[in-house]
Amino acid sequence: MTMMTGAEIVIRCLQEEKVEYVFGYPGGSVLHIYDELFKQDKVKHILVRHEQAAVHAADALARSTHKVGVALVTSGPGATNAVTGIATAYMDSIPLVVISGQVPTHYIGQDAFQESDTIGITRPCVKHNFLVKDVRDIAMTLKKAFYIANSGRPGPVVVDVPKDITADRCEFEYPQEVRMRSYNPVVKGHQGQIRKAVQLLLGAERPMIYTGGGVILSNASEQLTTLTRRLGFPITNTLMGLGGYPATDPQFLGMPGMHGTVEANLAMQNCDVLLAIGARFDDRVIGDPVNFASVPRKIIHIDIDPSSISKRVRVDVPIVGQVKEVLEEMLKLLDAEKGKPDVADWWAEIEGWRAKQCMKYKLKKDVIMPQFVIEKLWEITGGNAIVTTDVGQHQMWAAQYYKFDKPRRWLTSGGLGTMGVGLPYAMGAALANPDSQVACITGDGSIQMCIQELSTAKQFGLPIKILNLNNRYLGMVRQWQEMFYSSRYSQTYMDSIPDFVKLAEAYGHVGIRVERPEDVEGALKRAFVDHKDDLVFLDILTDQGANVFPMVAAGKGLSEMILADEEL
Amino acid sequence: MRHIISILLENESGALSRVSGLFSARGYNIETLTVAPTEDSSLSRLTIVTSGSDEVIEQITKQLNKLIDVIKVVDLSEAAHIERELMLIKVRASGKDREEIKRMADIFRGRIIDVTETTYVIELTGSGSKLDSFIDAIDKDMILETVRTGVSGIGRGDRILRV
Repeated sequence: MTMMTGAEIVIRCLQEEKVEYVFGYPGGSVLHIYDELFKQDKVKHILVRHEQAAVHAADALARSTHKVGVALVTSGPGATNAVTGIATAYMDSIPLVVISGQVPTHYIGQDAFQESDTIGITRPCVKHNFLVKDVRDIAMTLKKAFYIANSGRPGPVVVDVPKDITADRCEFEYPQEVRMRSYNPVVKGHQGQIRKAVQLLLGAERPMIYTGGGVILSNASEQLTTLTRRLGFPITNTLMGLGGYPATDPQFLGMPGMHGTVEANLAMQNCDVLLAIGARFDDRVIGDPVNFASVPRKIIHIDIDPSSISKRVRVDVPIVGQVKEVLEEMLKLLDAEKGKPDVADWWAEIEGWRAKQCMKYKLKKDVIMPQFVIEKLWEITGGNAIVTTDVGQHQMWAAQYYKFDKPRRWLTSGGLGTMGVGLPYAMGAALANPDSQVACITGDGSIQMCIQELSTAKQFGLPIKILNLNNRYLGMVRQWQEMFYSSRYSQTYMDSIPDFVKLAEAYGHVGIRVERPEDVEGALKRAFVDHKDDLVFLDILTDQGANVFPMVAAGKGLSEMILADEEL
Repeated sequence: MRHIISILLENESGALSRVSGLFSARGYNIETLTVAPTEDSSLSRLTIVTSGSDEVIEQITKQLNKLIDVIKVVDLSEAAHIERELMLIKVRASGKDREEIKRMADIFRGRIIDVTETTYVIELTGSGSKLDSFIDAIDKDMILETVRTGVSGIGRGDRILRV
């Protein structure tokens, strides 16, 4: 065996893990690693303009492909800038390995230049983190990092490597397997519990299936679709779970929760058996847990993470296991059963709620309605684009009006709600899925939080289409201020918004301003057809007063929805 | 309800702060926390005394199990167990008080391990509530200093917590 430096070992490990892209930004503590990156061409490095974007882009690669995303940052500010990205991935259980440089071991604790306690700072927002103190530990630590990140409930893992360790030498051998006495995630669900669940489902009169990001992470859409169709039950997908079940299918009731549909929320509230799969009864999904629990119903909960079970809502049949495995077991048991439960009366009730058409909105002659833009985008991309968003009203409209029929096409920050993810997510998605159309739906507030990445997109020729739903407001905050703070618009109007068209052009991209409803379709076609290979920034001036409906106010129950104007 | 949770964890730097950080981040309460390596130096044994509803305790054990460095978690207070805590207490002891303090220490089976003309240091072992009782039993004004280790616990009989 040959002797290698720690830096060489880091790169060799990434090669062994078949990492294609590393997103990062160089600096003093990672110079040795960057030098080794330079000497090879298997691992491609994407130079971002801010470390936060590196982590977001790696996160998007993971969300859209099921691979582990990798980011590389320097010590101190490099690591602290990465924290928002790491926390975003943590909240949505996205597998990442973030390698951070650290000051040399003998400097640690001396308040050295660009020193930060990266392990301490990231501890609450990682699945695990490691400080490597010996060059001989690098290979095993990285092996463990990749294993931990993408097994069990996935999540980000930070590996902090002091500079002197990357210069030290030792023999290199990449471990073939990793075993940890303290970490053995469950895969298979308990047979007895699964049988109990199936019996409960077969006996249900008003059943409801509610699924979240766990279905996507576990690649279980196929099993979920088969199960749902076999049972003939209504289904809803949370914000994180969109694409888990085809949204154009009649059994799909739309998204539940704060901005969910009437039919999804009322079915969640009024069902007698609720099958929750890879979802966590989040406050944005069920509203007030006391109100939610006030209705008698049996709850079956499938989740890989025992701590997600009975955390906010007590469940009757918990099943801990990998969603895909558990659903396969359920399907096997259902094969032995004949017929479907008769839920015709329940469907009749649901169709009554559906008839309210809660997502209907009024088109205006002179002003572009944001919902209309999303519907047009869906048409023009055939519903097949990878859609990334930032956070706010545009995110909710995208979730409501772009009907995702397939998983891993919808990349959004669900748990942490991080403004600024949209553009870097689109970069990661475009690199990892070169044959897909990638659309970034954003707003005039959010896009400015990582706008510098237009430069990265230029450098790497990423043909992203940005749809900036520009209402000259921080729309979601403005909506809350209108509804709950007597229209006192505190700090939500931006009176100095840049000329986004010129800005896009300054970065070397195509910028198009869209001001009239009749121009939306043409502009989208120009972007997706005429400028197929370019990054196009569509600055779309939308209705300033448009609000997201339906809405369940924070702390209220699912049955207490506020609907759009009655005059509709 | 008061619970005594016993944890086996990897004896790695930072492992303790993962546990204590979990408690503060999720708003769980820690009454006492003790930790030391076991006969196997790669393992630490940690005892936490906490309190909360059944739901909270269930979450605490689940969240602890989720930590990568944690190998095993057991709620000792679910079954027969023994708990002990060590206290060193320095008290003012002069004149007629010297005899009184000595007698009190004897009643609680404490030992006087340091003597000066005006002070005693008493070593006392027992459950947390026994130590509390001792403090209550002597005059507050006489206490100069107390130091307590926090509770260590172990299951009775065949209940064994090991890898």
